[in-house]
Amino acid sequence: MKHDLILRVLAKLLIPVIVLFALYVQFHGDYGPGGGFQAGVIFSVAFIFYALVFGLDSAERVIPAGVLRVLASLGVLIYAGVGVITLFKGGNFLDYDVLSQNPVAGQHLGILVIELGVGITVSAVMLIIFFTFAGRGRD
Amino acid sequence: MIESHISLLLVVIPLLAAPVTALLPGVRLPWLTALLVSWVCFALAIWQFALVMDGSVISYELGGWAPPWGIEYRIDIVNAFVALIVAGMAAITLPYALRSVEQEIPKHQIPLFYSMFLLCMDGLLGITLTGDIFNLFVFLEISSLSSYTLISMGRQRRALTAAYQYLIMGTIGATFLLIGIGLIYAETGTLNMADLSNRLPAVFSHHTVHTAFAFIVVGVALKLAMFPLHLWLPNAYTYAPSAITVFLAATATKVAVYVMLRVVFTVFSTGFTSDTPTDDMFLLLGVLGVLVASFYAIYQGDAKRLLAYSSVAQIGYILLGIGFASALGVTAAVVHIFNHALMKGALFMAVGALVYRIGSSHITQFSGVGRQMPWTFGALVLGGLSLIGVPGTAGFISKWYLVLAAIEQQAWLIAAVILVGSLLAVVYVWKMVEVLYFRPASDTGETYREAPLSLLVPTWLLVIANIYFGLNADLTVGAATTAVQVLGGIPQ
Repeated sequence: MKHDLILRVLAKLLIPVIVLFALYVQFHGDYGPGGGFQAGVIFSVAFIFYALVFGLDSAERVIPAGVLRVLASLGVLIYAGVGVITLFKGGNFLDYDVLSQNPVAGQHLGILVIELGVGITVSAVMLIIFFTFAGRGRD
Repeated sequence: MIESHISLLLVVIPLLAAPVTALLPGVRLPWLTALLVSWVCFALAIWQFALVMDGSVISYELGGWAPPWGIEYRIDIVNAFVALIVAGMAAITLPYALRSVEQEIPKHQIPLFYSMFLLCMDGLLGITLTGDIFNLFVFLEISSLSSYTLISMGRQRRALTAAYQYLIMGTIGATFLLIGIGLIYAETGTLNMADLSNRLPAVFSHHTVHTAFAFIVVGVALKLAMFPLHLWLPNAYTYAPSAITVFLAATATKVAVYVMLRVVFTVFSTGFTSDTPTDDMFLLLGVLGVLVASFYAIYQGDAKRLLAYSSVAQIGYILLGIGFASALGVTAAVVHIFNHALMKGALFMAVGALVYRIGSSHITQFSGVGRQMPWTFGALVLGGLSLIGVPGTAGFISKWYLVLAAIEQQAWLIAAVILVGSLLAVVYVWKMVEVLYFRPASDTGETYREAPLSLLVPTWLLVIANIYFGLNADLTVGAATTAVQVLGGIPQ
């Protein structure tokens, strides 16, 4: 841990930028290239980077395994939940038109929330996979 | 409101329940959730089946996008029938699963187990209900990935290699399917199956379409364990947890058979298929499958593996029905999809009950146990009789129609093969019966109590269903006859 000063400083500089870029890809997905999958992966990269530089234990303190499991489920629930809301609002499954007074606004809202669900699940599952493999043989 | 969304709810309810189940604590609560979901789905599947029984079609547009642009769920009697089998088997497997899973799977994995079970059911239901061939591929992956996980949860470490083997073979199959779908999309520009069946005839002469057809048929054949692409199946069924063996044996390959029917008869048509050697290939591989897999079954020392090889042989019968490409043949295939789910469900449940008490599925361990566990033994015998095709059981009905179809085409050799296959089934069923009932109990003096009621009741429900549908074939044959008309492209 003595000789990696440069690495640690750079990591601290880079991680916020990575997270910010992930959020940009996430919420710009309906106008440009991007979306939940890509953003989810980039978002998890920030945490994996942190784990590589500062160690697995401190990364697990930042984001415990239990939380990841909840997040992985939550994303799917957000996705399917939007569909169920459209059902109750009288449309077909995932028919975003009914989400708002204005169908175009409804489409925007729908895809943003759906992609958020995708992003949450993808980043949580990426981290679960990383922690599972990285943690092998530790205990 | 429910009626107009019924086909969608069949997919969405398990999808919503799966992540919730994964988060629930304990053992009973996840099980109860999965049980309720499966029962609701079964009720919905019955309702849906009643709606389309007269040959009508339900179309559901996802996201409000009209087909062929958007994803369409298109339900006719064929889908509804297969969805009924999947939901029904899930509904009857879950009560059985509680005790069996408690014994076989570590406690902390149980919520994840039921979550995966729901996802697997969701994928299988999705395959049957969707009218979009790419969507079908996606659901195929959902059901496959969850079944790899479920198989790997078996009690022996070999379950891991079995799951890995299935993963490799299944992925090759899915990739082939995807390549085929890509090629026909390049040719026609559509993914909607009904639309494809309209647009494909114009390009039937193109080599791309022939290549696509070959890829799709081989890909699906891998998933349905057509001989000689069945190598993943015996290990997967042998090492999976008992409840999963029951569920997968009764549904997974059947759903793949449904996909084959759809692709061969609806998307492409008999006109196209008869220009290619597909029918002959189905007949040849069906015959080989029946004979070779039955012989293999006779020499197995493990009861689950024996039944797994028998499943490959039964798939052979279904392929014969498809290969005849006649109304009677396809009727026999569709009826056998249903009946085989009943008989293999009952048999794997009975063997699972033996495993529950004895702790091993090796036949040598079964010596004399049949006398100590009479109810389990009775279920095994009756299930076995149905597998053989004794009159009065469900197995007889499908064999009867299959033989009729063979005679109609004057395929005497194939009719003979069907009968020889039944005789081979007598041999391998007797092998289990003989050890269970007529061998003296083992020297260790260990006696086994009858299996718990939660295992016996679902087993016997399936056994009774075997006899009921053997005596009253109105539902199965009626549905299959309508299905043949709906599938299209089959000479009547």
